Amino acid sequence: MLMSNSLHNVVIGVLGLQGDFEKHVEMLRRIDGVAPLIARTPEEVRVCDGLIIPGGESTTVGKLMVRYGVDEAIKSRVREGMPIFGTCTGMILLAREIEGSEQYRLGLMDITVRRNAFGRQIDSFETDLQIPAICDSRPLRAVFIRAPIVSEVRGSAEVLSRLADGRIVMVRQGPHLAAAFHPELTDDTRIHEYFVNVVRRFTPTALNTK
Amino acid sequence: MTEEQKSTWRTKVGLAEMLKGGVIMDVTDAEQAKIAEDAGAVAVMALERVPADIRREGGVARMADPLKILEIMSAVSIPVMAKVRIGHFVEAQVLEALGVDYIDESEVLTPADEEHHIDKHKFNVPFVCGCRDLGEALRRIGEGAAMIRTKGEAGTGNIVEAVRHMRTVMSEIRKIQSMREDELMAEAKRLGAPYELVVEVHRTGKLPVPNFSAGGIATPADAALMMQLGAEAVFVGSGIFKSENPAKRAKAIVDAVTHYDKPEIIAELSKGLGRAMDGIDVRQLEERELLSVRGW
Repeated sequence: MLMSNSLHNVVIGVLGLQGDFEKHVEMLRRIDGVAPLIARTPEEVRVCDGLIIPGGESTTVGKLMVRYGVDEAIKSRVREGMPIFGTCTGMILLAREIEGSEQYRLGLMDITVRRNAFGRQIDSFETDLQIPAICDSRPLRAVFIRAPIVSEVRGSAEVLSRLADGRIVMVRQGPHLAAAFHPELTDDTRIHEYFVNVVRRFTPTALNTK
Repeated sequence: MTEEQKSTWRTKVGLAEMLKGGVIMDVTDAEQAKIAEDAGAVAVMALERVPADIRREGGVARMADPLKILEIMSAVSIPVMAKVRIGHFVEAQVLEALGVDYIDESEVLTPADEEHHIDKHKFNVPFVCGCRDLGEALRRIGEGAAMIRTKGEAGTGNIVEAVRHMRTVMSEIRKIQSMREDELMAEAKRLGAPYELVVEVHRTGKLPVPNFSAGGIATPADAALMMQLGAEAVFVGSGIFKSENPAKRAKAIVDAVTHYDKPEIIAELSKGLGRAMDGIDVRQLEERELLSVRGW
């Protein structure tokens, strides 16, 4: 007898073309009912219920996506309802607009991003972040590495978190989630758990086939 | 409430995490840097001469001209690294002032200190250092290196030393992993490595920081070989811009690192790349010509 969705594995893919995908896999392994999968090919993307696009170099990941048809596989799964969570590079690739850049992007969220918005590596930092919708009142330690910010939010995209100075660092639109920082570099799994729950909600097959 | 901290250990190692599965390419000017970025490099190493030229021309090899480094930094949006001589902490202070993203304390340049490496904990910019074995890797991490690369033998286009160093590091890690806890202090003594780091390797079965490969990679198959041996990313020095068709070879090596476990893809992208760089048989080199023996 089916008790609840949580008894059934959802397949969360982590795009493994380049970047810190292993760190995301380590986070997902700590969450019950999740089968993590490193996805590098269109075939691997097609079996995912949800997909994380990790940190890395956005120009590199964008090129590798296109060269092997992974971008089209992602877009086609998104049309079927697959949620995506992008961190840093993943957020850049989810954005419709990238300031001053023609580089490849999936363009699935109505946001504009600015790359390297804080400067170079020497300006990388960590800070306590309030994310009311996900983390209640207990702040999350957020690690920003040569990080982008969201400079504009349009349409149904909504802001989930801002820095103390007001700059936007986390957004949601429909099933998609984007963060300028790296929750995968801490031991705090709250954001990953939140995304897994989004995937469970958006996965019609989770109850009967997984 | 919002306690902000810059240049933490987590941000330093974090950038290395972001470079995993990627290719870091040596470049000597803005034009080469653009070619590297367009090919899909995750970062570039700004240099005045690639290792093959340093080897041929001889003389003292130093940190590059700051103008050269700034020119490359303004040409690309990806991270820019630059090299300092082993032990030359003032060259490192200069690179930090320029704002480079990573400093390579490198045996490819002529050492400035034959006894002491740089105290890398003192810097806000993260460092990468070379190693030939696990003891050397853990000593550099003890000094503050946030990324390790096996040395190989730079500027030879010959993968044999890179393979030797990576196999050595990986087999020493496996050995520590299988030891009893009461054997770790003796092993730390044997390796000449900080005890706490030996304990960490025993517990996790890997280096405490990302482990990349360098020195002698000239083909897509070379790059994939290093990845299959356990490298988490690769540095390619002379192998790209000393070859017949740098743009095409660079792109092929990028793809080979991503798909390192798919021979059919490597077969396809290895076709018609033009001539690779001329290689050197490492066994023909005199001891004094070896770069990898610099540092300890």
